[in-house]
Amino acid sequence: MLVNEFLEHSADLYPEKVALVHENRRLTYQEVENQANRLSHALAHQGLSKGERAAVYLETSIETVLGIFGILKAGAVFLVINPQVKPDKVEYILNDCQVRCLITDSRHLQSIAAHLPNCPDLSSIIVVDEEYKKNKWDNLDKIEFFDFSDLLADFPSDHPPKCRIDIDLASLIYTSGSTGIPKGVTLTHLNMVTAASSIIEYLENQHDDIIIDVLPLSFDYGLYQVLMVFKFGGTVVLECSFLYPYKLIDLIIKEKVTGFPLVPTIAAILLKLKNLDKFDFSHVRYISNTAQAFPPEHIFRLQKIFPNARIYSMYGLTECKRVSYLPPAELERRPTSVGIAMPNTEAFIVDGKGQRVTTAGQIGELVVRGANVMKGYWNLPEETAQVLKAGPIPGEMMLYTGDLFKMDEEGFLYFVSRKDDLIKTAGERVSPKEIENVLHQIDGIAEAAVVGVNDEILGQAIKAFVTLKDDVGLSAKDIIKRSSQRMERFMVPKYVEIMEELPKSSHGKVNKKKLKALLEERKNDVS
Amino acid sequence: MENNTKSILREFITESFLPSAGLDSFEDADSFLDKGIIDSTGVLELLEFIEEKFAIKLEDEEVIPDNLDSLNKLTSFIDRKKGHAG
Repeated sequence: MLVNEFLEHSADLYPEKVALVHENRRLTYQEVENQANRLSHALAHQGLSKGERAAVYLETSIETVLGIFGILKAGAVFLVINPQVKPDKVEYILNDCQVRCLITDSRHLQSIAAHLPNCPDLSSIIVVDEEYKKNKWDNLDKIEFFDFSDLLADFPSDHPPKCRIDIDLASLIYTSGSTGIPKGVTLTHLNMVTAASSIIEYLENQHDDIIIDVLPLSFDYGLYQVLMVFKFGGTVVLECSFLYPYKLIDLIIKEKVTGFPLVPTIAAILLKLKNLDKFDFSHVRYISNTAQAFPPEHIFRLQKIFPNARIYSMYGLTECKRVSYLPPAELERRPTSVGIAMPNTEAFIVDGKGQRVTTAGQIGELVVRGANVMKGYWNLPEETAQVLKAGPIPGEMMLYTGDLFKMDEEGFLYFVSRKDDLIKTAGERVSPKEIENVLHQIDGIAEAAVVGVNDEILGQAIKAFVTLKDDVGLSAKDIIKRSSQRMERFMVPKYVEIMEELPKSSHGKVNKKKLKALLEERKNDVS
Repeated sequence: MENNTKSILREFITESFLPSAGLDSFEDADSFLDKGIIDSTGVLELLEFIEEKFAIKLEDEEVIPDNLDSLNKLTSFIDRKKGHAG
C-alpha cells in the first residue's frame, strides 16, 4: 500500500464524508481526492519527476494537506517545513535534498526570496494566495511561478497513474541533529503505512472518529494525525493557532471531537484554565500523549475533565515514528511508563556491549525493530551508521534510539534519559549544538553553551550561557532577539546568562556538567 | 486612563515578548497571533500579568482573540473590565 492510497481508498468508500476541516472550510473525501489529483497533474506538467522532492512551507491549512497528497500522487517525495523555520535553514533544507518545487504563501515567499537564487534545483513555486503578484521578483527569473487556484482550475481531476511501489520514498522529515545540522529522516511508503496501521490498531480508530490536530504538520506527531485519519476514513480538524485555549475548547465541543492528541506543554496550558470541569467533553474517546510523560496530577485532572477518554502515554522518535504505547488500563498502576512495543514492532534494551537486558531495572539503550524504521538520514551515511545497525535478518537494520530505558518485572518500558544531550522542549527534540551554532553567528558572542533546565510548562526550557567579546554591549535580551531572527521559536533560549568565562574540561571543552551543577546549586540556595 | 493601560501593556509586551519574536516594534492594531508576537506559553504570562497588574479576574471565556489579540483590543477589554469592577 502507498500513503496516497489512504486518501484514494477513503474517497472510494466515503466520497461525501467530510475529511478535512480548517476554520470555515470543510472538504469531503471526494473534494480532497479531486483537488489532490489536479495538483499532481500540475506538478507532473511542471516537470516534477518520480522520486524528486517537493516541499510545503506555509501556515497549516487545507493547502498543506492537498500539497502532501498531490506530491505523493505525482510519485514525488514530500517534506513539510515548519512555517516558523527561518530563511537560512529553509535554504539549507531546499539545497540539502534538492527540492524542485515549493508550495508556499506570499508572506513566506517574501521572507525567503533573497535566499532562493542560492537554490539551483528549485524550478517552480506554487503560491496559495495572490498577494505575491504585487512584486516583480526580478531576482528569481529562473523560477516559474504558479497560482495554486489556477492549477486546480486548469488540470483534470482524474486519477494519475500509479507510479510508485511501497519501498520508494514518501517523505523526508527534518529533525534537529546532535551535530548541529538538521538531518532529513527518509521514510518510505512502507515505513509510514506500517506506523500508521499499528497506531490505528492500538488506538482502535474507526471511521466515525473526529481528530483535532493542534500540532504542526512538520512534526511527525502532527503529520500522522492527518495520514491516519485519511487511512481509517475519519475527519481531521486542523487548528494550529493554539494561542487562545478557549477557542480550541469551543472547537472540540462544536466538532464533537473524539480523539485529542496532546503533548505535555499543551496539556499544561489547558489545565491552567479554571473552569474546564463545566464543559461537556463526553464525546472525547481518547487523549494521546507523547514526547514526555504527563505529571501524575495532570493525568488525574485530565481524566476528570474528559470522563470518557482513555489516556494513552506513548513514546517514539521521528526515525521510526512510534515505538511504544501504554495500554490505558495500565495507567493507574504505572503512570510513568511508556508501555510496551506497539503492534508489529519489537523494542528491547541493550547494555553497553550490545547484549539484550533481561533484568528489571537495569538501564540500557532502547533498540527498535520493525518495518517502520527509517532508511537513514538523507545524504548522511556516517550519522546513519551511528543509529542504524545490522539486525538478525540479512539486510535488516535496527534503530538505536540514543534513549536510555529500563523495564519493570512485566516488561513495561520507562524512559530514563538521553545518551547524548538533546533537549526535549515543548514536545520537540532540539540539539544544543544547533542552537550554539546560531549563537556563535551573532556578532559579539565569543562562546556559547546550551543546556536544558526543568520547566513546568515546556518540560525542559532552553538556557544559554554565553561569554562576550570585548567592548560589545550585548544584553541577554539582545541575544534572545537576534537568535529568534535565525531560528524557530521553540529553539530560542528562554534564558540567557552572560558569564565572564565558561567552565572548561582539561581538554578545553565547555564542561556542561559544571554548568548544570551550578544551576542545581542556585536552586538549592533558593530553597 | 486608557493611555495609561495601553502604555503599561505596551511596555510589558515590548519587554517580555518582542525579543523572542525577533521584532523591534509593533503597532497598536497588530494581531499578536498573525505577527507572531506572542506564542501559547506567552499568553499565559500575559494573563498572569494582567490579573496581577490590573487586579482583575479573567474568566476562561474571555480568553479569546476578540478581547486579547492586539494592543488596542486588549486595552479596551481591560478598561471595560475595570469599569465594570468598580
